[in-house]
Amino acid sequence: MNLILFTFIVLLGFTSYYFGRKKAYTIQSTKKRLTALPQFYGYYLAIWCAIPAFIIFSLWAIFEPTIVKLLILSDYSNQGYLDDELNLLYEKSKALSRGQFTGEITPLIEASAEKYLSLRSIAQSSKVVIVLSAIIASVAYAYKRISSNSRTREPVEKFLNAVLFTASLAAILTTVGIVFSLIFQTIDFFKVIPLFDFVFGTHWYPAKAFVRDSSEALDPTMYSDTFGAVPIFAGTFFIAFIAMCVAIPIGLMSGIYLAEYASTKVRQYAKPLIEILAGIPTVVYGFFAALTVGPFLKELGTSMGLEVSAESALAAGGVMGIMIIPFISSLSDDVITSVPQSLRDGSYAMGATKSETIKRVIFPAALPGIVGSILLGVSRAIGETMIVVMASGLAANLTLNPLESTSTITAQIVVILIGDQAFGDPKTQAAFALGMSLFLVTLCLNIVALRVVKKYREKYE
Amino acid sequence: MRKNGVKMIKIKAKDVDVFYGKKQALFNISLDIEENQVTALIGPSGCGKSTFLRCLNRMNDVIDICSVKGEILINDFNINDKSCDVVRLREKIGMVFQKPNPFPKTLYENVSYGPTIHGMAQSKQEMDEIVETSLKKAALWEEVKDRLHEPGTGLSGGQQQRLCIARAISVRPEVILMDEPCSALDPIATAQIEELIDELKKEHTIIIVTHSMAQAARVSQNTGFFHLGQLIEHGSTDKIFKNPDNKKTQDYITGRFG
Repeated sequence: MNLILFTFIVLLGFTSYYFGRKKAYTIQSTKKRLTALPQFYGYYLAIWCAIPAFIIFSLWAIFEPTIVKLLILSDYSNQGYLDDELNLLYEKSKALSRGQFTGEITPLIEASAEKYLSLRSIAQSSKVVIVLSAIIASVAYAYKRISSNSRTREPVEKFLNAVLFTASLAAILTTVGIVFSLIFQTIDFFKVIPLFDFVFGTHWYPAKAFVRDSSEALDPTMYSDTFGAVPIFAGTFFIAFIAMCVAIPIGLMSGIYLAEYASTKVRQYAKPLIEILAGIPTVVYGFFAALTVGPFLKELGTSMGLEVSAESALAAGGVMGIMIIPFISSLSDDVITSVPQSLRDGSYAMGATKSETIKRVIFPAALPGIVGSILLGVSRAIGETMIVVMASGLAANLTLNPLESTSTITAQIVVILIGDQAFGDPKTQAAFALGMSLFLVTLCLNIVALRVVKKYREKYE
Repeated sequence: MRKNGVKMIKIKAKDVDVFYGKKQALFNISLDIEENQVTALIGPSGCGKSTFLRCLNRMNDVIDICSVKGEILINDFNINDKSCDVVRLREKIGMVFQKPNPFPKTLYENVSYGPTIHGMAQSKQEMDEIVETSLKKAALWEEVKDRLHEPGTGLSGGQQQRLCIARAISVRPEVILMDEPCSALDPIATAQIEELIDELKKEHTIIIVTHSMAQAARVSQNTGFFHLGQLIEHGSTDKIFKNPDNKKTQDYITGRFG
C-alpha cells in the first residue's frame, strides 16, 4: 500500500516537473523573458510536491502508532486495568492482527485486535487522502504563482543545499550516536570495574564473568583480575608491529618500483594485480594464516628446535602485513607519481642517478603522503579482527614472544559478544569499553598523523 | 671568447635527429656553440629548440620514447657515444628550467645537492664555501644569507630561479643550459637574471632558449633560429636580428608569424 502510494507520489512529482516546465515554455512563447531556465520552473513545482508529502509522511510515522494505541486502550482505561496489563494487551492484539500471536487467544484480545485492524485501515486510507490532497493543493498553488518574474532558481538551489546538508548531517549524527552509546556503556562498565584495574591489570579472563548467575546480585569483587586490559593492548600493538614490519618495507619498495622503475607496461599489469590483494576478504587471509602459515611456522620452528605454537602472533601478524601491503604500495605509488616531474628533471640535470634522486628528492617530497599511507596501514592493523581470531588464538597472554599465541582488542570483543549476552552485564559492557579504547587509539593515531603531515607540509610548501 | 682572433668552439652538433616514437622532432641539426658566449635559441613554440637543448645534457634519456641520432661533440667528445658517463656529463653541463624547481629542502641543501652527489667537498667548511660562492655568483647571497636553513620553496619566483642557477653552478659546470628561464618571472626578476647571465658567461658557456626576441637580442652574442624542427639560420645575434639571410627568420624576428 505504502509502496503504491510512494510510486504514485513520485509520478506526481515528475508530472508537476513537466507542468512547471510547460508553463515556463508557454510564458516564454509570449516573448516574455524568464528569470530562470524552464527546468527550474519544473524543479520548483516538483519540490512543492515533495515537501508536503515528506512532512505528512514523517508526521504520520511518528504519531500514528501512538494515536492508534490511545484509541484502542481508551475503551479499557476505566475498567481498572494496570498500565502494564494494557500495554501487554496492545502488543498481543497487534501480534494477533499480524498473525504472529502464539499464546492463548481471549475474547478481549480478539476484540481489540479487530479494532486495531479497523483503525489501521482507516488510518491508511485517510493518509492517502490527506497526502494526495495536500500535494495537489500545494502544487496547484505553486503552479498558479509562477509567472515570468517569479523567483524559482533561488528556492531550487536552496532546496538542493538543504538536501545535501541533511545528507551530511545524517552521517555526522550517526557517528555522534555511536560514540555516545560507546561512552555511556563504557561509563556503566567502569562503575563496576575500577578504571585502574582495567588500564593496569595484567589478567584478561572474561570467561570468569560468564559463570555468573544472573539472579545473583552484582558483586564487583568477583571481577578482580578479570578485566585487566594490558595483555590485549600489548597483543594488539605487538601484532600490529609485526604486521607493519612486513608491510612497510615490502609495500614501500614495491610502491617505489611501480612509480619510478617499472615500465608503463609492467605498471599497467602489476598495479591492478597488487590491488587485487586488497580485495581478498580478510576471512580468507584468516584461514590462510590459520591453516597454512601457522602450521608451516610450527614445523619450521620444530625443525630448528624452537617451541612454536600453532596459533602464533607471528603467523597472524605476518599474514596481516601481507594484507596491508597493497594499501601502502598503492598509496605510496600514487603520491610518488604525483611528485612533479620538474623535481626529477632538476635532480637528473645535476647528474644525480635514479636512486639518488629517489632517496634525496622524491622520497622527502612524497613523505607526507607516505606517512599517511603507513598510518592508514597501522589503523587497519589495529582494527583487523578475523585474522587474529583465526590465527593467533583467543587466550590473552602477556608475551613478547612472537612464537606464542596472543590476542587483540578486536578478537576479545568477538569472544565476548559471541553466544549469549545481556545488556547491563559487565561482560557485555567490557566489549563497549574495549571498543571505546580502540576508538580512542585510532583517533589519537589519526590526530598524530594529521599533525605530522601538516607540520611537514608547512615546512616545505 | 676569441683566442688570437680564433673562435673557440665548445659544442659541435653534427646532423642531430630526434624522434619521439615515430614522430621526428628535429631534422639534421648542425650547430656550433662558441665558448664563453651566450647562444640564444629562438623560434615558435614546438619548433624543437627545447628538445635540442635537452640533447646537450642527454636529458632526453629520461623520456622513454625519445631517441637521439647524430653526433654531439663537447670538448671533442661525442656525448651520444656509449662510453659517455651521463653522471659526469651532467656534472659538466648544468641546466636551469622554465619553471623554478627548487627541491623541497632548505636553501643550503638545494645548493649543496650537486657537490654532495659528486663528492666535491671533503668537509663541512668546504661545503659552506661552495654554497656561499655559488649563491654569491647567483646574486642571491645578500638576500638569503640569514636564512640558509629555511625551505627553498619559500622564496619569491625570481629568487627561486636564482637559487636554481646557484644550484646549477655549484658544481662549476662548463656549460649552462637555460630553458626559458624567465618565462615565469616578472620584468624586474627577468632583468636580474639577464644581468646574471651576462656575468656568468665569463666562466661558463651559456645556451638559452627564449620566447622573447628582445631577451635574445639583449643577452646573446649568437642566435639560432628554429622552425618546425629545423635550424633555419644561425649566426651572430647582430646579424640575425639586423640582416638575416632567410625570409622566415626575417618574418619571425619582425613578428609576422610565430
